[in-house]
Amino acid sequence: MDDMEARFDATIAADQRIEPRDWMPEAYRRTLIRQIAQHAHSEIIGMQPEGNWILRAPTLRRKAILLAKVQDEAGHGMYLYAAAETLGVDREELTEKLIESKQKYSSIFNYPTLSYADIGVIGWLVDGAAICNQVPLCRCSYGPYARAMIRICKEESFHQRQGYELLLAMVNGTDAQREMVQESVNRWWWPSLMMFGPPDDDSPNSAQSMKWGIKRHTNDELRQRFVDMSVPQAQALGVTFPDPALAWNPERQSYDYGEPDWDEFKAVIAGSGPANAQRVAHRRAAHENGAWVREAAQAYADKQKARVAA
Amino acid sequence: MNEQNAYQSLAETTDHDDPRWAFGTGIVEEAGAEITSPVPDGVDPADLAAYCLMLGDDALVYSHRLSEWVSNAPELEEEVALANTALDLLGQARVLLARAGHLTGGDEDSLAYRRTDAEFRNVALAELSDGLDFARCVGRMLIFSSWRLALLHRLLGSADPVIAAVAGKGVKELTYHRDYAARWTLRLGDGTDESHVRMQAALDALWPYVGELFRTSDEERRLVGAGVAVDPAQTREEVDAVLDQVLAQATLTRPDKPSIGTIGGRSGRQGVHTEHLGHALAEMQSLARQHPDTQW
Repeated sequence: MDDMEARFDATIAADQRIEPRDWMPEAYRRTLIRQIAQHAHSEIIGMQPEGNWILRAPTLRRKAILLAKVQDEAGHGMYLYAAAETLGVDREELTEKLIESKQKYSSIFNYPTLSYADIGVIGWLVDGAAICNQVPLCRCSYGPYARAMIRICKEESFHQRQGYELLLAMVNGTDAQREMVQESVNRWWWPSLMMFGPPDDDSPNSAQSMKWGIKRHTNDELRQRFVDMSVPQAQALGVTFPDPALAWNPERQSYDYGEPDWDEFKAVIAGSGPANAQRVAHRRAAHENGAWVREAAQAYADKQKARVAA
Repeated sequence: MNEQNAYQSLAETTDHDDPRWAFGTGIVEEAGAEITSPVPDGVDPADLAAYCLMLGDDALVYSHRLSEWVSNAPELEEEVALANTALDLLGQARVLLARAGHLTGGDEDSLAYRRTDAEFRNVALAELSDGLDFARCVGRMLIFSSWRLALLHRLLGSADPVIAAVAGKGVKELTYHRDYAARWTLRLGDGTDESHVRMQAALDALWPYVGELFRTSDEERRLVGAGVAVDPAQTREEVDAVLDQVLAQATLTRPDKPSIGTIGGRSGRQGVHTEHLGHALAEMQSLARQHPDTQW
C-alpha cells in the first residue's frame, strides 16, 4: 500500500497523469467523482436555459447556432459521464443523484433566460467564465478528465465567440436591442463572478484539490483573470458592468471589483435560487418519462442476445 | 493531441476560418449550388418557388417539432441524435427557403418568420406535436424520413440545381434519420409489452396523416413535366415496402386507418392545416415579429 501511495505521489509530483488502472487514494477518487459529476450535470442542466430559446430564435441562422450549441452540451455531458465511469460510477447512478438533489451543478443555471440577449451573454460571460475555470483542468492530474476537458474547452471557445458575435450584432442594431443587451448583462454579471466559487478564505476543498493537481489556480485568481479579460470586451460592446467599484488598478495591473453578494450565492447553492426547483423538476420529468424507453431498449438488446445465443 | 498540449490546441481554435465556427449553420454556403441560379427553361418561377416552400416547410416545421425534444429526450444519446436530425432538416429548409425567397423577393427569414400559417405549404405530418411521447417521435420519423428519402432520391437529377444539391446532401442525412427511426421502431415494437402497446398506439394515431404524403398538388404536376419535381404518388410503393418491412420485423401491425379528410379538396400543400401549426408558428415567430426590420 505504501508503495502504491508513493508511486501515486511521485506521479502527481512529476506532473504526470493518473490513469483509471492506477491506484489512487479513496479521497482523490471521491473528489474527482464529485467534481466530474457536478460538471456533467452542469452541461445537462445547462441545456434548459438555452433550450428555452431554440423554438423562438429570431433568425434561422441563430436557431441553427443555438441548436448546435445545445447539442454540443449534451455531448459534453456524455464525455464527462464517461470520464466519471472510469472511476467506478455509472451515468444512471449519477443521474439519480442529480434528480434527488444529492449532487450539485453550476449555480449559474439556476437563473432564468428572459430575453434573446441572454443567449449571447451566456455565451460571452458564462462560457467565458467556464473556460477560465476549465482550461487549467486540461492539465488535471486525472487523465480521462483532462482529455475530456481538452475537447470540451475547444468547443466552449466556439460557443463563447458565437455569443459575443450575437451581442455585437445586437449592439449594432436597434435601441431596443442595445437595451436588451445591457439589461441582460446587468442580470448575469454577478452570477458569472460567482461561478468561480466562494472566496479563497471560504473554500474548504481548494487546498487539497490543488495539492492533488486537480485544481491549478485558486477561485479568486481565476475570478480576477475573468474580470480582467471581460472588461475590455464590455468596452468594445459598449456595455457596462453593474459594479461601481470596478476600476483599473495600475499598481496591480488588474481591475479592482466589488464583492459579489455571497448570501445570494449561498441561497442558490442551497437550492433556493430563482430556477433551482424548475431545473431539477424538468430533468426529473425527462428522466422518468424516458424510463419505459430505456427499459424497452434493454429488453430488446436482451432478446437479441438470446437469439444470437440460440 | 495530448493533454500536455492543451493550451496550444486551444489556441488553435482562434482561427476564424475554422468551419466549425458555425457548426451546422453553413449549409447555405455548402449546398453546392447558387441560390440565384437561373430558373430552368419552361418553368414558371411561381411554381418553382411554391415547390421549394413545400419541401422547405416540411423540413422547417418538422425541425421545430424535433427541437421541442431538447432537454426532454429519454437518454443523452437521443438528445444528440434528435438535435442532429433537427439541425439537418433546418439546414435543408434554409437552402430551400432561400431559393424560394430569391424567386419571390424575400429571404429565408422573411419566409420563415413573416408568413401566416395559411401561407405555409407543409404536410400535416410535419406539424403535429409529439406531446413528448417518444413513440410518436419515432413513428413520425420513420414515416417522414422514409417518404422524404424516397422523394430526395428522385430529386437528385432535378432540373433545378438548388433542389438537386439539397437532395444530394439530404439523401445522406435522411438515410441516417430513417435508419435511426427504424432501429428505435424495432426496440420499441419488440421491447417490452408496454413499449409495444405505446408504439402501436403511436402508429395508429399517425396513420391518418400518411395519405396526404402521396397526394399530388397542381404545382408538382406541372413541375414533374419540366423535370424539376417528383410526383409524390410515385413514391408510395417504395415507402410502403419500407414501412411494411420495418413494422413486420418490429412485431407491429400496419394500421388500417382512413386518411383524415381534406377541406374542399385542400390540405397542407394548399395552405390548409391542422390546428397544431398556428401554435408552432406563434412560438417560432414571436420574437422576430416583436422586432421587425431588425438584424440579429
